[in-house]
Amino acid sequence: MADAVATREALRVVGRAVPRHDARDKVAAATAYAADWALPGMLHAVVLRSPYPSARIVRVDTARAKAMDGVAAVLTAQDVPRNALATDVPGQTTAIGPLRATLHVLAEDRVRHQGEPLALVAAETLEQARAAAEAIEVEYEPTPGVFSPEAALLPGAPAVHAAGNLLAHWRIARGDLGAAFTRAAVVVEGEYTTQLVDAGYLEPESGVAWIDSDGVITIRVSTQVIEHFRDVAEVLQVPQNRVRVIGTYLGGGFGGKEDVTVEVYLGLLALTTGRPVKMVWTRPESLLARAKRHPYRMRYRTGALATGEIVAQQIELLADAGAYAYLSALVLLYSTVTAAGPYRVPAVEVEARVAYTNNPPTSAMRGFGAVQTVFGYESQLDEVARRLGLHPVDVRRVNALRRGDTLPVGQVIETHVALLELCERAWEALGPPTPPRAPHLRVGRGLACNFQPYGRIVWLHDWSSAWVGFEMDGSLVVRSGVPDVGGGQASSLCQIAAEVLGVSLARISVHIGDSALTPLAGTTTASRQLYMSGNAVLKAARDLCAQILPVAGSMLGVDAGRLEMADDAVLAPDGRSLALPEVLQQCARVGVPRGLLAVYHAPAGEPVDLATGSGKVFPDYTYGAHAAEVEVDTETGRVRVLGYAAAHDVGRAINPQSVEGQIQGGAVQGLGYGLMEEVIVEDGINLTTSFATYLIPTATDVPDVTPLVVESGEGLGPFNARGIGEPPIGPPAAAIANAVADAAGARVRHLPLTAERVARALGLCAEGR
Amino acid sequence: MIARMVLNGRQREVEVRPNQTLLEVLRDTLGIFDVKQGCDEGVCGACTVLLDGRPVSSCLVLAPAVRGRAVVTLRGLERDGGLHPLQEAFVRHGAVQCGFCTPGMLLTVLAFLERERYPDRETLRAALEGNLCRCTGYAKILDAVEAYVRGEQGDG
Repeated sequence: MADAVATREALRVVGRAVPRHDARDKVAAATAYAADWALPGMLHAVVLRSPYPSARIVRVDTARAKAMDGVAAVLTAQDVPRNALATDVPGQTTAIGPLRATLHVLAEDRVRHQGEPLALVAAETLEQARAAAEAIEVEYEPTPGVFSPEAALLPGAPAVHAAGNLLAHWRIARGDLGAAFTRAAVVVEGEYTTQLVDAGYLEPESGVAWIDSDGVITIRVSTQVIEHFRDVAEVLQVPQNRVRVIGTYLGGGFGGKEDVTVEVYLGLLALTTGRPVKMVWTRPESLLARAKRHPYRMRYRTGALATGEIVAQQIELLADAGAYAYLSALVLLYSTVTAAGPYRVPAVEVEARVAYTNNPPTSAMRGFGAVQTVFGYESQLDEVARRLGLHPVDVRRVNALRRGDTLPVGQVIETHVALLELCERAWEALGPPTPPRAPHLRVGRGLACNFQPYGRIVWLHDWSSAWVGFEMDGSLVVRSGVPDVGGGQASSLCQIAAEVLGVSLARISVHIGDSALTPLAGTTTASRQLYMSGNAVLKAARDLCAQILPVAGSMLGVDAGRLEMADDAVLAPDGRSLALPEVLQQCARVGVPRGLLAVYHAPAGEPVDLATGSGKVFPDYTYGAHAAEVEVDTETGRVRVLGYAAAHDVGRAINPQSVEGQIQGGAVQGLGYGLMEEVIVEDGINLTTSFATYLIPTATDVPDVTPLVVESGEGLGPFNARGIGEPPIGPPAAAIANAVADAAGARVRHLPLTAERVARALGLCAEGR
Repeated sequence: MIARMVLNGRQREVEVRPNQTLLEVLRDTLGIFDVKQGCDEGVCGACTVLLDGRPVSSCLVLAPAVRGRAVVTLRGLERDGGLHPLQEAFVRHGAVQCGFCTPGMLLTVLAFLERERYPDRETLRAALEGNLCRCTGYAKILDAVEAYVRGEQGDG
């Protein structure tokens, strides 16, 4: 459908940095997060977790725990009606076959990672619950584990699961790789590793469950996916319509609250005890137990002509899934599709595998597999430029994707690619070079681009629904199942409704995230909510406009097509106007509904055979270019980021301030990934289960990120917006590594770029990981 | 034991156990949920309150130690039911995303500005080092504080 409001000038609310309603609530401490909730008679619950990464469970005795003061329930595997949580991974087309990944809610005869849940306790007080959990007697028999994907895939390796340690394998092959390498003037080879990292949100996993007065098991929880009500119902073996999930405003998600966290435990305990139950994970528990971002080993072999034109990319990816599948197969698919970067490469081969180990499980985290590969392809491109004496911007000028190009997977790029403009603007934004402060301090600059899908894989047939309607006084209600993770998901929907219906933002209430009472909007993941639910609200608002204006037209004796909704009224071209309540009363009289439900369906497609490169995988992509200036201490290896600019083409910025916030915040998370964050695991034991050891950036660790918002006017979202939740986390690690190479001549291929690793690359101390 | 304290300007008497933290008493006993629980070990700053005007991590303060002292949480900043100008600045400048760090951040900033009225950006950055934010990248928080400081200068 043609966009009725296509130009920025014609927009009233969209495109403006309006303050968010949720920000006002949050500064006033009016927002009740999942843990900020209590009910009369509420129990407190804890999880007992395995201290071993690999062990047989010989005996579990809960008798003593059950007899303790205040204890209301102690549950183990045998108490769970259906002791399995499933992740569907459709479209798996290779040797592994269709995958229905499962894990136990509570461990049965063995544990496969440290922190695996074994038992649940609910008691009158948290202290009593903790004491009872400690009193559960568990006899373990440690078994040999496997702690790297390389070791896991060796013949004779201990099997993490009976079906073998290879969880998924994807392959793409396009063009004649051998011939392409023969044409190459320069061939660059590199092996890269990325580390295990944690979402590290400030709000731990938390929720409260109760049996509501209608008998429905109601769970108020911090989650990116309220549709997990179905998983809870399956585990509890109750009909799906007897479980309701109320998603709170989240204290951060970043993919870490995409999989089930506390909701199944809470459902079980509420059902068992009949009482309200609260569970809040401690920080160590959160850092121990929640799935993380996959560490990768990536081998790149890149061939380029003397002009810098990349002609061949041969790529091997190996990822560590940890002990359970979760979303690993899909994460690896994202890596496979993005492995060669946003560039035109005629010959590409990608071999990607992910293996089970006895390490902490890995799953979704912001960027979803399209992050690790950026470090590979952008480091390689930078090396190509270095060898050929090309400027970082120029080497991308030669290679950048353009509309009409075909990705290695066979997908044709259908929208504008602003990559060069982004590169130029980011590079320029660094300003004049900073002179080194001392002879041992070298200053250098690096550039890195990325592309990140927004919206779900096309064969998942994604949709979102929203209800928009007026109250009699002309105030507006928006209902959407969207979980708001803090990115302004709900407030953007208000802006879109306000734009179309001419209602002031102050007169809009938005109800979100209730699986029973708000139309389902899908997950707040995959940078999809503005795109999907934004389109659903846009459609609902436009349909509502079309439904109401004829009524106003008959009142005014004017053709509905000539009327406009603006300023909380209906305006006629001759200057007459009707206040909304008048029109809505007339609607009531003549039986025209004042609200409606709309469903937006994303463009869908059939599963792609990656190996033959048969077509479309994602609806569209968001492109970015980041430029960094760093200072490298050549005596210690310490890297200080002096300046940082991040440019993204967001199609259209619905709220430019929120877009800037996503870019700045995502880039700083990416800088944490590039410079300091690492979950350290030794033989399956996590040594970094505190914010004192798992270091995320503080205000003094990072500079101000200069956000550069480019609006090409092309995207699949409302008003041609593209998703921007995930994209900014992609480029920073590579931008920093490239800047370090520029400053000190040392290429660091292992994340994060701690002083120690940089010192090693500079030859200041012995080689090592 | 009974702890008597001045909480957000009002005398309160609370039953506390010797091993309870101020954070536990505020949230679990008194239901004051504007104090956030982020790490329970004094690293993240989400549970910051003002104790006799100084910012402390309430997860590291034992409840009996606040006897006779003044505790201010975010709610204590309200002025005639309206927002404090710093809170307004946070909203206006997009300094809030998920909002979980916001209460602690606001209190830390206000206490710091009591000591140093016109800090430059780098000084402010150092003042915020004990308050983690995972969403914003800190820039818009610093923008908001600077605007608030400028506004106060402008208004005399």
